[in-house]
Amino acid sequence: MSTLSSPMVCSLPEGDSFHSQVAARHKKGALWLVIFQAATLVSILALTALLYNIINQSFGWVAVRNQVEPETLAVEGTPLEDLSKEQLIAILEAHVSQGVMRRLESEAPFSVRSREDVYRLVEERVIKPEILRSWPLFDSLLRRSAIQKEVAEEFPGARLQFRAWVNRQFLSNPQSATPDKAGVRTALLGSLWVVGLTILVAFPIGIGAAIYLEDYASDNVLNRLIQTNINNLAGVPSIIYGMLGLAIFVRGLEPITSGAIFGLSDPTTANGRTILSASLTLALLILPLIIINAQEAIRAVPRSLREASYAVGATHWQTIWHHVLPSALPGILTGTIFAMSRAMGETAPLIVVGASTFIAHDPTGPFSKFTTLPVQIYQWTARPQDLFRNIAAAAIIVLLVLLLALNAAAIILRNRYGRKRREG
Amino acid sequence: MNVRYPFGKGQRPHTLTQVALQRKPRWHEVAIQGFLFFCGALSILTTIGIVLILGKESWLFFRSPEVSLREFLGTTKWQPAIGQFGIWSLVNATMMTTLFATLVAVPLGLCTAVYLSEYASDRVRSWLKPVLELLAGIPTVVYGYFALTFMTPLLRAIFGRDVVDIYNTASAGIVMGILILPLITSMAEDALSAVPHSLREASYALGATRLETAVTIVLPAALSGIAAAIILAVSRAVGETMIVAIAAGSGPAFTFNPFKAAETMTGHIVRISGGDLSYNSMDYNSLFAIGLALFLITLTLNIIGRWFVQRFREVYE
Repeated sequence: MSTLSSPMVCSLPEGDSFHSQVAARHKKGALWLVIFQAATLVSILALTALLYNIINQSFGWVAVRNQVEPETLAVEGTPLEDLSKEQLIAILEAHVSQGVMRRLESEAPFSVRSREDVYRLVEERVIKPEILRSWPLFDSLLRRSAIQKEVAEEFPGARLQFRAWVNRQFLSNPQSATPDKAGVRTALLGSLWVVGLTILVAFPIGIGAAIYLEDYASDNVLNRLIQTNINNLAGVPSIIYGMLGLAIFVRGLEPITSGAIFGLSDPTTANGRTILSASLTLALLILPLIIINAQEAIRAVPRSLREASYAVGATHWQTIWHHVLPSALPGILTGTIFAMSRAMGETAPLIVVGASTFIAHDPTGPFSKFTTLPVQIYQWTARPQDLFRNIAAAAIIVLLVLLLALNAAAIILRNRYGRKRREG
Repeated sequence: MNVRYPFGKGQRPHTLTQVALQRKPRWHEVAIQGFLFFCGALSILTTIGIVLILGKESWLFFRSPEVSLREFLGTTKWQPAIGQFGIWSLVNATMMTTLFATLVAVPLGLCTAVYLSEYASDRVRSWLKPVLELLAGIPTVVYGYFALTFMTPLLRAIFGRDVVDIYNTASAGIVMGILILPLITSMAEDALSAVPHSLREASYALGATRLETAVTIVLPAALSGIAAAIILAVSRAVGETMIVAIAAGSGPAFTFNPFKAAETMTGHIVRISGGDLSYNSMDYNSLFAIGLALFLITLTLNIIGRWFVQRFREVYE
């Protein structure tokens, strides 16, 4: 080459300037490493802040004012907690009007009510605790005396109580207009119904599509179109699916989704805004995810397995059903569980499809009106009062625990599957 | 060894000459294949459904005398109550939140990806990846709550309560950036890891430092994959709903002030359809017109992103 023979203009530094330049380059490298590490730290910080924020809001001091102090209800020195059922009924009779007593009796006769039930009634109807204000957890721990002073000044007669907003009552109570009585039972059951039906619809169709694309589809225009289309559908915003569900399932197929043609719903109130519509919408939404994951699992099944099956005379479908699917199943299930947790956390399409803003009745079937945990969280968050923020945080904890359990199941499945493959 | 033949008791195994070897028609295999094809084709039907529904309702919207395509695309006031349908106030809010999300997520995501693929040891990576997966798995409504109850008070504490509204696009955008951060990080890291090792070693052999190798050799080689990551993340941010519905404000407003409330396209759809909505009203149809615009924007971004992914795959396989 000509450049080698001709004298090159060489501007490389030598001696001291060489060493100082190398040192400067290394310094620059170290500086940027710190920047890279700091950037990485941000995502950890974000996760921490998120969890801190939620925990901070779901525990803490509350100022409670009782209409009747429990101490005054003690009978002959026995505190309220230790009274018998008959004594509690007597207290109830003394404080509530005749009409209310009769209504309670007609709801469920006092003779069959348990002592705990009557105690709850006394608390609800006589003591009537009212939460005036709440403080977040870290304030409660660090500014205890200041809060006590504040309560004494601002809310005379009120008393400070430590409250965990997520508790057993919160899980078992239905929705209510007052935040301290509201619970997530309706929303929780709604979520389980919707996600369960969604998987029931999406699982077989998703796996069918994956098998078709991996094992049957020849490389022609139509099949390539299907594959590209599935990839594109995975990127469509979830709210668009909501609009599709609103137009097709809620409006178009209203006789089916409201249960009217099966004679299963009250025709005067029935409309298409049911669990079934929501499930079908979410099924369309998670189908691309299930298909793409199942395709990967099926692709990972070694070719030798299929060929051995063909060699002993099995048909195409026999090979798939008896050999390919069992071998791919753990991978498919893992993908399905991830899709399930996606459906569990989905909010926007359900609001568009018409999750109810307020229902106090448990869903009874696919044609019930519904609300789900994320929708409930959205509605509570959108309220201006502070106490609703507390129960929204508590509902978030319930949702996150559910999702964590689902994902843990998926990870255990994946790990066990991995070990099996290595052993075998 | 005992060999069990899969034949009936007392029956002698068939000899080969007795078996008809021609292909038999198996109707249930054909039926199964038909069902499987239907499952695959359902995705096409979904797409057709989306396009038809959005198209039909939008057509009804634009055909009505109260609105014209020119007004829709040319004005900046969205007030259906008095018949003003200028989509730019909604699009502008969407662009603002997306811009903030990108400003947060792109630099952070790229730095994290470079750190994970070029610097981090296997041990660090093994616990950083789950953190990112956790961030990616948290439902968006939780991010919305986070934006409203953490990010907004933080911004108000920094910039002053008079400057920052309770609902504002900056807070929603920043939190949305945290949401798309794992997406950018994992896709960009995949792209960086796909760069052949020989390129790095050649660079080291010439005396380059780790940073110089990462920035001048690996990053440019993975550029198309990184571009794809950014485009797909932007598409995700445009379609993201719950964060903006909770934290960005509920009322269309044409403003470039990030600390003022402004409703995005997705936020508007959720708010209107969450209330009592009567079918065949202008409100109902206008939602589908917004939906169509949203669909076209995200579809274009996704197609461009996929095109980039395919290009980058072709280079290194």
